[in-house]
Amino acid sequence: MTAIQTINLSKKYKDLTALDSLNLKIEEGELFALLGMNGAGKTTLIKLLSCLSSPSSGDAFINGLSVTHERKNVKRILGVSPQETALAPNLSVQENLCLLCDIHKFSKEKTNAKVSEIAEKLKLNDVLHRKAGKLSGGWQRKVNIALALIAEPKILFLDEPTLGLDVTARHDLWDLIRTIKKDSTIILTTHYLEEAESLADRIGILKNGKLIALGTTQELKEKANAQNLETAFVSLIREEEELC
Amino acid sequence: MLAFARRCTKEILRDPATIFFGLGFPLILLLLLSTLQKNIPTPLFEINDLAPGICVFGLSFFSLFAATLVAKDRESAFLQRLYTTPLTAADFILGYTLPLLPLALLQSLLCLLASVPLGLSVGVNTLFALISIFPIALLHISLGLLCGSMLNAKQVGGICGALLTNLTAWLSGIWFDLSLIGGLFEKIATALPFYHAVELAKTLQHGNYEAVALHLLSPIFSAFLITGLSIFCFLRQMQRL
Repeated sequence: MTAIQTINLSKKYKDLTALDSLNLKIEEGELFALLGMNGAGKTTLIKLLSCLSSPSSGDAFINGLSVTHERKNVKRILGVSPQETALAPNLSVQENLCLLCDIHKFSKEKTNAKVSEIAEKLKLNDVLHRKAGKLSGGWQRKVNIALALIAEPKILFLDEPTLGLDVTARHDLWDLIRTIKKDSTIILTTHYLEEAESLADRIGILKNGKLIALGTTQELKEKANAQNLETAFVSLIREEEELC
Repeated sequence: MLAFARRCTKEILRDPATIFFGLGFPLILLLLLSTLQKNIPTPLFEINDLAPGICVFGLSFFSLFAATLVAKDRESAFLQRLYTTPLTAADFILGYTLPLLPLALLQSLLCLLASVPLGLSVGVNTLFALISIFPIALLHISLGLLCGSMLNAKQVGGICGALLTNLTAWLSGIWFDLSLIGGLFEKIATALPFYHAVELAKTLQHGNYEAVALHLLSPIFSAFLITGLSIFCFLRQMQRL
């Protein structure tokens, strides 16, 4: 079943085309990585798919629901972990989690069960009663993802989830993302190519708002005749630049 | 909406600046000026005039509280996260506004209660004076929402924390009689709602009901105007992502 489909999806800001007629299909249960240089259109695409902004033209469908016409229903099945840590700083981790459950109108019993489950799954029990704003960067990133997960999203957007983390914290989060993968379709944006290689089922490369390559890591390496993903990425980007 | 409003209440009450400026500072001013009045008596600082004035001045800090909360939520991407949930624009606006209204009333109530031992006459007029702060409280909270929607947390500190509190203080006639300066200054001050809000609370405290109509319209009209404008600006920043 198709989880996400974009049809000629475009976003323009005055003279700048941030996303240019994107056609893309992502299957249910897939972990799809979006790669690209700064300003390639990754965050714009995430914002459009998560109903944070409206397309200039075209449309996208999340589990068959239009992001332009059925926003309210789309928002019920989404979880978003933004690039910046997005927490209520003076609330404890538990209160942050409960807030999201309340917003999604969970019963008290379900809220308690979900908070316990997420805390267990993400190993948050040690910091559950600490103020979110006082946690270290690594913990805040974890809580950021926990907040995106708590409402049982069918589609999960992770926008640069490991940005600024040290190597061990990054590997911990990768393990976590692999665990989450069983329950949700995940769209991941990242600048770390080894992250995409390690986690993604398929990878899409964006440049100047256009999808210039799409496939598994192996397919991209073959397409670029490269030994590893980094070389393939650079080669595909340069190839596109030469064509322009 | 209630979940978001509860969260805003917790965020505000857990900020030590709220406790100091929201409750402590107006009480300190009240005590200082009452002491001054005892030593150098002046009609302006007579407790039945001073207490309503301090109540209205104290509300100017609510612009800072609202603006700081909104600006920080925007900067930290917390609002961005919540925009991807089923919460509506009305939920956000009410969620920011509603928790601050009872806090504003509580601040004024405490200020009036603290004025009782200092000689404030208490009666049904005091209750009316307390109720009369509602429009100016809404005005200040909406000003906060407006500034928080357009400015960052640092700018908000300057605009709401310094400029707006000073404007409220100078242009409301709490600290000096506006006619002493007169001219354009007095005209500007009487054209703005702060002076009328203070006079409204004072006239009600004195039971001078025939003067109420003179000062009622400006705070109510301004509250509606700024609330409308703040909703417009908040919705605009929501769509600008």
